[in-house]
Amino acid sequence: MAEVRLQQIRHSYNPDAGEKTEYALEKIDQVWEDGGAYALLGPSGCGKSTLLNIVSGLLQPTEGKVLFDNNDVTSRTPDQRNIAQIFQFPVVYDTMTVYDNLAFPLRNRKMGNAEIEERVKTVAEMLDLTASLNQRASGLTADGKQKISLGRGLVRSDVNIMMFDEPLTVIDPHLKWQLRTKLKKLHRQVGFTMVYVTHDQTEALTFAEKVAVMYEGEVVQFGTPEELFLKPNHTFVGHFIGSPGMNFLPCELDGGFPVFNGNRIKISAPVSQPETTKKMELGVRPEFVKIDANGFPVNINRIDDVGRYKIVKVENSGHYFNVYVPEELEIPSENMHVSFDPENTHIYCDGWLHDKKESS
Amino acid sequence: MIARVTNQKAWFMVLPVILLVAFNAVIPLMTVVNYSVQETFGNNVFFWEGFRWYEEVLNSERFHASMLRQIIFTSIILLIEIPLGIAIAMTMPRKGLGATLCLVLMSLPLLIPWNVVGAMWNIFALPEIGLLGHVVNSMGIDYNFTQQPISAWITIIAMDVWHWTSLVVLLSYAGLSAIPEAFYHAAQIDTATKWQIFRYIQLPKIKHVLTIAILLRFMDSFMIYTEPFVLTGGGPGNSTTFLSTDLVKIALGQFDLGPAAAMSLIYFLIVLLLCWVFYTLMMRNEEQ
Amino acid sequence: MALEFKNLSKKEHDVTFIAPISLKLKPGIFNTILGPTLSGKTTLLRLMAGLDKPTSGEIWHKEINVTKLPVQKRNVAMVYQQFINYPTMTVFENIASPLRVKKVAEKEVKSRVHKVAELLKISPLLKRLPAELSGGQQQRTALARALTKEAELVLLDEPLANLDYKLREELREELPRLFVETGATVVYSTTEPSEALLLGGYSATLHEGRITQYDPTQSLYKDPKSLIAAKTFSDPPLNTVEVEKNGEGIFLDGGSHWKTSKYTNIPNGNYTLGFRAHHLKLSSTKNDDLKLAGEVVVTELSGSESFVHLKANGNNWVVHTHGIYNFREEEQIKMFLSLSNCYLFDTEGNRVYAE
Repeated sequence: MAEVRLQQIRHSYNPDAGEKTEYALEKIDQVWEDGGAYALLGPSGCGKSTLLNIVSGLLQPTEGKVLFDNNDVTSRTPDQRNIAQIFQFPVVYDTMTVYDNLAFPLRNRKMGNAEIEERVKTVAEMLDLTASLNQRASGLTADGKQKISLGRGLVRSDVNIMMFDEPLTVIDPHLKWQLRTKLKKLHRQVGFTMVYVTHDQTEALTFAEKVAVMYEGEVVQFGTPEELFLKPNHTFVGHFIGSPGMNFLPCELDGGFPVFNGNRIKISAPVSQPETTKKMELGVRPEFVKIDANGFPVNINRIDDVGRYKIVKVENSGHYFNVYVPEELEIPSENMHVSFDPENTHIYCDGWLHDKKESS
Repeated sequence: MIARVTNQKAWFMVLPVILLVAFNAVIPLMTVVNYSVQETFGNNVFFWEGFRWYEEVLNSERFHASMLRQIIFTSIILLIEIPLGIAIAMTMPRKGLGATLCLVLMSLPLLIPWNVVGAMWNIFALPEIGLLGHVVNSMGIDYNFTQQPISAWITIIAMDVWHWTSLVVLLSYAGLSAIPEAFYHAAQIDTATKWQIFRYIQLPKIKHVLTIAILLRFMDSFMIYTEPFVLTGGGPGNSTTFLSTDLVKIALGQFDLGPAAAMSLIYFLIVLLLCWVFYTLMMRNEEQ
Repeated sequence: MALEFKNLSKKEHDVTFIAPISLKLKPGIFNTILGPTLSGKTTLLRLMAGLDKPTSGEIWHKEINVTKLPVQKRNVAMVYQQFINYPTMTVFENIASPLRVKKVAEKEVKSRVHKVAELLKISPLLKRLPAELSGGQQQRTALARALTKEAELVLLDEPLANLDYKLREELREELPRLFVETGATVVYSTTEPSEALLLGGYSATLHEGRITQYDPTQSLYKDPKSLIAAKTFSDPPLNTVEVEKNGEGIFLDGGSHWKTSKYTNIPNGNYTLGFRAHHLKLSSTKNDDLKLAGEVVVTELSGSESFVHLKANGNNWVVHTHGIYNFREEEQIKMFLSLSNCYLFDTEGNRVYAE
């Protein structure tokens, strides 16, 4: 278990990179506390796997340092860093039994047989693998093999950080559910620092205490699931988190309040006028758009029923946005009016959250 | 399994080839079978002999001797070429210019016509004027493949290794390239040694390709004819007379068509049997 | 333009991939085949396309028996999970390929390809090769090609499974619009219930090679006719508990019970009660809600919702609720359940209804 610090990491796959666009990672500064559960969330190509490989030592960063408990490990190889990594598809030693697979890292560290047996049995218990210990690893299903990969990381007590690179990709949805919950329980039991890389927000938000949302090589926001949901720093975070994502409507400022298509929108406190802005938008999640007879009128475009809620796509002056309507509520067939929850309506200037209050 | 397109017209397209193959392969084979059960003194006069030739061949000392030589030869070849091929494939670079260069280098021996290979090594190993022969002799070792059986054997084996190891290399290389990076990463993280990586990751993952390589090398070395014939002619004496060399001597040298035909059929059946065994083992591996 | 199966089955070496199915698919809408991996979805789609021969039974399309017809003769378009495109052809050529086979005139090819590329938002990519595209763009190319063919039967085998979460959302919204307009019969296979719900249309639940129910998606979701269909169509998994029904009402182990006069039409005995995770509530609004107690195992919090995993009387249940509830492990909590939100199944797994 260790605290992991990333300082000024920049990485390019092109050895003579100059332009910003050639960098896979741009100025990453992160602190991951000892024993915490973190996630790196972002779309394909945002750099999350690159960052993971830099932390694990499989990649040397072009610039910057990686510190484990204040020790600079940037130049150390993976086996010298005492890390565990679980990959996208299961990596098991086919010719060995499940027991031998789990014992492998311990045997390489010259642990005594009795101790090995104890640790392997404990971990097998945690992962429900006890029954298959004497089976050949190649005979297990995909999720069984992933559990073995997981187990090889858990048997070791000297793990500084445990990293998961989209580990549930090949798992069946029904089993994905179980394995996800198991990972969370495991974290509580074992207390390793864990980092989970994924493009699936549910996986990230349910596993991690804090999530780093990445976009085009940068960490756009690093916060708790609640913060990311309620107060996104960037329109990308608003769009990426939540299903469907945050609604963005163009607006102007009038006396510190946003105005959309002539409708003044209430927000919790008036904001100051920004210096120079090319694009101003107001952002509000579908969950915070209420059907309200006192609000402004909209036309219904379509209704999607997902069972426990409905998503209503509405339109006003050529702009479309979504409204989250719980199962029990009725949707008016005509003359629909909506309003936005003032606490959860935010202003974004050029993509970034603007919440500087008026000085007066 | 894709459902077949039912179109009978295709058969007419294939008919000429079928006739050609029948003419060139099936009929000669039947002729050999015919010869193997008859005796002839020329002038197309044939006497029925039944299984006499087969009995004679299977009981002949000469056949046993060349069979033994063949088995020893094939075993040595496999024991050297397979591990060597894998080892070379493992050291070859995977990407970049080096990889292309190595692949081209490895392919070169395979492109040379077989009798040219034999001729090359013949001259190369000549005790006085050949580069190899001269160098070895000047080191004090008494080396003469035309007179000493041991030298002849070593030369033939060296020639075959030079000629055919590349095949094993190329096949193993293909197999190794197919192993995903993640396995090496995981092994690194598990602090596995190079030997453990080889034993637990690389070897199991190239199992299929390796089986093909072994099968091919076995078949080819068991049927080897051109290279040793050009190199030593079967000599000195008959120390390097392998099965096929012996067969040709009997058939064309002595013109004993009966025994030759019987022997060639026995030979054919042995190779067929061993290939079938290998094939079944390979299929069993696949299912597992 | 209906596609119909009559006793269709597929067996190989004693393993049944598809048990005998008789089904009539609805044309002009999305038919979703929902089932876990290895339930037979891909096998079924391949049978529909003509890539595999059935062991028994027939497939009829537009009143014609097409069972023996090879795939080239059937008017079928298929899109796969793995973004399959011709690697040496440009995006334009890829999309045009079905038209080239039909020997359509060049001018028409151009206009149709451009129209479809526009619909799928890949117009700027027409000159590129598939290897130069991202996953989402490759799949859009495959979809464009399927669309251009204007086939009467369009088969989509988990086409979004290999895409990023957000890309999946985007494409999922566009798909119904794209294919339904052509009037073709569309069959879409997936493992995710929420996807089926978002696509609408009709759904068939597939379990171990058997179609357990085929109904309009909403009806299937709200009104499953069997325990297997209910379980297949639930994410998070369906909560179940064994109950006993007698003259007084429905009893759970441990004493909790509903006093009810519903279900008097069915015989007394043992049944399975099933209810979805979001119907198990943490606060009650109605008096006749059943009060239940449970011990928290672990809580998962997404941005605005919580999944509480708990143990109640030996049952493993999940509560899916709005809001953030960070319960500690082994905390005792109270839950409320309304009978009207529950499904009752008999010992054979069939749904029983109250009068």
